[in-house]
Amino acid sequence: MQYDVVVIGAGVVGAMITRELSKYNLNLMLVEKCSDVAMGATKANSAIVHAGFDAEVGSLKAKLNVQGASLMAYYCNKLSVPYKNIGSLVVAYDWDDMQTLEVLFERGFNNGVPNMEIISQERLRIMEPYISEEAIGALWAPTAGIVSPYELAIAAVENAIMNGARVKRNSGVFDIEYKDGLFYLSTASGVIKAKYVVNCAGIFSDKIAAMIGDTSIKLIPRKGEYYLLDKTEKKMVNHVLFQCPSPMGKGILVSPTVHGNVLMGPTALDLDFDSKLDLDTTIDGLDTVKKSVKGVIPQMTTRNAITSFSGIRAHRAGEDSDFLIAPSEVNNHFVNVAGVESPGLTAAPAIARYVGKIFNEIAPEYEKKKDFKATRPAPVRVNELSLEERAKLIKKDSRYGRIICRCEGITEGEIVDAIKAPCGARDVDAVKRRTRSGMGRCQGGFCGSKVVEILARELDIPMNKVTKYGNGSKILFDKTK
Amino acid sequence: MMKYDLVVVGGGPAGMAAALKAKECGVKKIIILERSETLGGILEQCIHTGFGLHYFGQELSGPEYAYRFIKELEKTDIDVKVDTMVTEIQPGNVVIATNNVDGMLRINATAIILAMGCRERPRGALDMPGSRASGIMTAGTAQKYVNINGYMPGKKIVILGSGDIGLIMARRMTLEGAKVEMVCELMPYSGGLTRNIVQCLDDLGIPLKLSCTVIKTHGIGRLEGVTVANVDENRRPIPGTEQFVECDTLLLSVGLIPENELTRMAGIIIDPVTNGAIVDEYRQTSRSGVFACGNVLQVHDLVDYVTEESQIAGEGAAKYILSKGKSKGGKSRNGKDIHVKAKDGVRYVVPQNINRSTDRDVKVYFRVSDIYKDTYVVVTSGDKELYRKKKRKLAPGEMENVTVKLEDIACLESNEITVKLEVGKNG
Amino acid sequence: MVKELVCVACPIGCMMSVEMNRKKEVVSVTGNTCKRGEQYAKDECTNPVRMLTTTIKVNGGSLPVVPVKTSVPIPKGKMFECMAEINNQVVDAPIKTGEVLICNICDTGADIVATNEV
Repeated sequence: MQYDVVVIGAGVVGAMITRELSKYNLNLMLVEKCSDVAMGATKANSAIVHAGFDAEVGSLKAKLNVQGASLMAYYCNKLSVPYKNIGSLVVAYDWDDMQTLEVLFERGFNNGVPNMEIISQERLRIMEPYISEEAIGALWAPTAGIVSPYELAIAAVENAIMNGARVKRNSGVFDIEYKDGLFYLSTASGVIKAKYVVNCAGIFSDKIAAMIGDTSIKLIPRKGEYYLLDKTEKKMVNHVLFQCPSPMGKGILVSPTVHGNVLMGPTALDLDFDSKLDLDTTIDGLDTVKKSVKGVIPQMTTRNAITSFSGIRAHRAGEDSDFLIAPSEVNNHFVNVAGVESPGLTAAPAIARYVGKIFNEIAPEYEKKKDFKATRPAPVRVNELSLEERAKLIKKDSRYGRIICRCEGITEGEIVDAIKAPCGARDVDAVKRRTRSGMGRCQGGFCGSKVVEILARELDIPMNKVTKYGNGSKILFDKTK
Repeated sequence: MMKYDLVVVGGGPAGMAAALKAKECGVKKIIILERSETLGGILEQCIHTGFGLHYFGQELSGPEYAYRFIKELEKTDIDVKVDTMVTEIQPGNVVIATNNVDGMLRINATAIILAMGCRERPRGALDMPGSRASGIMTAGTAQKYVNINGYMPGKKIVILGSGDIGLIMARRMTLEGAKVEMVCELMPYSGGLTRNIVQCLDDLGIPLKLSCTVIKTHGIGRLEGVTVANVDENRRPIPGTEQFVECDTLLLSVGLIPENELTRMAGIIIDPVTNGAIVDEYRQTSRSGVFACGNVLQVHDLVDYVTEESQIAGEGAAKYILSKGKSKGGKSRNGKDIHVKAKDGVRYVVPQNINRSTDRDVKVYFRVSDIYKDTYVVVTSGDKELYRKKKRKLAPGEMENVTVKLEDIACLESNEITVKLEVGKNG
Repeated sequence: MVKELVCVACPIGCMMSVEMNRKKEVVSVTGNTCKRGEQYAKDECTNPVRMLTTTIKVNGGSLPVVPVKTSVPIPKGKMFECMAEINNQVVDAPIKTGEVLICNICDTGADIVATNEV
């Protein structure tokens, strides 16, 4: 199989880049190591659209952050992805913190972040009634927001497929050879040839670059642990609440999610180079999150926690922590997109455009399509419809009347849609990310087995071949009889 | 819009018993809405015996117990819709439901009985660190896979929590050829029935580790093992007691939570201890004409008690419906409620309120907060002692009850009744 | 000799004391609150028995297995022998509640009875 461009890695960055490149007349392939898209940092991060006052003035990070924040609403609208422009507050507890707010304000101003304000304690308390009495002021950034990161990645991939791109999951790249103007990618599903390669392999992008002899990227896996709380807690927090930043990152935040839950985290723990798969949560990590959030909202407890999880962000080792987005010095047909830690999600739409420009420069032979479809149709969300609309829909397809996931009110029809979609769900977690089935307070206790049944039926496989998240994560063993 | 005298939400043991009782009491139009494909609720997957000893004087399996009620229902004109999920209870007791035959249903009800049952506490609620491997599931999910789908969810098993479903599954999995390594219980005592500890663990030589918990799960893909550790009196793991146990499956039996999402949405007041609605002696909630019974009201140990409680709710709903026809407003609260309080070792009571003008003896159910031996259960009102009985053993895992007599209620001076424990007093 | 045991005849779990003589015969049972308890105590000290519940494979049914139980309790030591026998059997749908699927399993005198419809 020969392609004009192969994108390696289907996180939100790889997905958005693939969508961007699908605007061109070319053979395009996205390869992903895992059983689904959005399986790395994209499925386990803070889900925040950052305003852009954190990144160093003049850095690529700062530029793409501010651009990304202003593009996010447009992209989420085109791709039918949940996004809410709720704004963020960096909370100060003492005069040192207030000084920090000034620094952040100044930096944000220079980065081009619009409409920031440093607000008083009184105003802060009106905006966040449950906030600690110790809080004395905050930096208000109205352009910040929240988004569903994995849904953005899934939607971008679906849209790219609508525009002719192909996607191969379960296809990790383990070797690359360059010969006669072609890259030969050895993957878990055979050799794939490409004229151009875009390396968006997240925490593995250093290893991928090294396959063509490019050793310029050094990444440290930085683990962050989170709690996700029940929707019952959503009254406790209205905006993204940051604490003043530390050298390890932006600190532990607490925020509503687009689906009405509350997210708190992350911790920041640098791991060894070889422990990139260590997604274990820890007693210490989770304790840190709890204690820290108590300082912001004293009444917040984890009694109504739905789940805890951790994610790995790809932090660049050494002095330079800027995004590294450029053609490789070893081979300029190989574009690295590396070190995209926070605000990588925010920047993703801008990164996609930036890589599009780079591609145009290194491969001017490709022209843009005339019939690019920019819109991905919204999936059916039964519980967002009026009763009349629901009744009409059920008349058309009765499966939308059969509720499988009680907690989130997800129907059989929606689950079947998720399986049948382009780049459809193939395992239980993939169904969960696309439909929210099993995402609620019972965590799949009731619907889990029904989702397994539906997956088995739709994919025409026995129930014990259905997995939680691909290879090795089987759910059932043999038949009892 | 359809119109019914009584809408019963849930067709498990609670809903069926309540509907049948209401019918017996003379209610005309009744409908049961059940979300799963069959009536019977969770009983359908509880294939072990031990159901019905109190109510039928016979030891039945779950499906057999349910079957008796299903057969009774078939003899009546009570309507049943299965595979039908109630999504909302609107003001004016309008029930909104959906299924794949009728689409959206709007039912105008005179009275509603909530009988949605309970769900198992999942892993997320436990703060259990470690990997997110597959093979970690609630005992009830495993029960469904084994008994309904006919698949083994694992071969080498650790069970966390000694609730009854966990104990039952320890035996069930062993009978089907799995090796159950141990059952870990965080508390110094088991939350399950003694009978189940004897028959499901002791019989099969499965160790029950008390004051012990899982502190970490291991494995990428499928679970490869867990780390267990002993805990101190504050339930914190004791350093140095950690032990790795190889297993492919971790079953959780760490508590049941009444499924009160509909109840909350309807603005009904919930008891923070039972996680069920606050009710009066006929199981009427804070919303007039809405009743609750079974595990959605309080988690029971025995289905027999669910049946008993649901019949009370069925009778209550019938009284409400029939009196509503005659007088305006029906039987409503008269503002002279007696509050039943839990104190001194009693964790909660149900019902929490009794109408002073009630027409019956009231059985007050309660649970204790710890293991007590040779302790008195005492019921008082003001200075007056209404009841005193010595109990050889009281345990949080076993629901108790005391009956408050109608004649006592009628002549109470105080508007409070207290149920409490007294230790060490001679009697 | 006095043996203390918890009654498991029903879920209440009475604490019982069983007095036995040298010939290991039961002399008296105390602490039980019903007749079944007394019988259980005697059986448990001389010949412990249990109800066995499991499933049997079904051909052509709405579900792949049907739940079953022994018609009477069987000796505790024979549970796994009976399981092996049950696991060898396949029955054809339709099956009715109460239908006998295996007679006198492993010579225990107990039948295997369906406890649900499939």
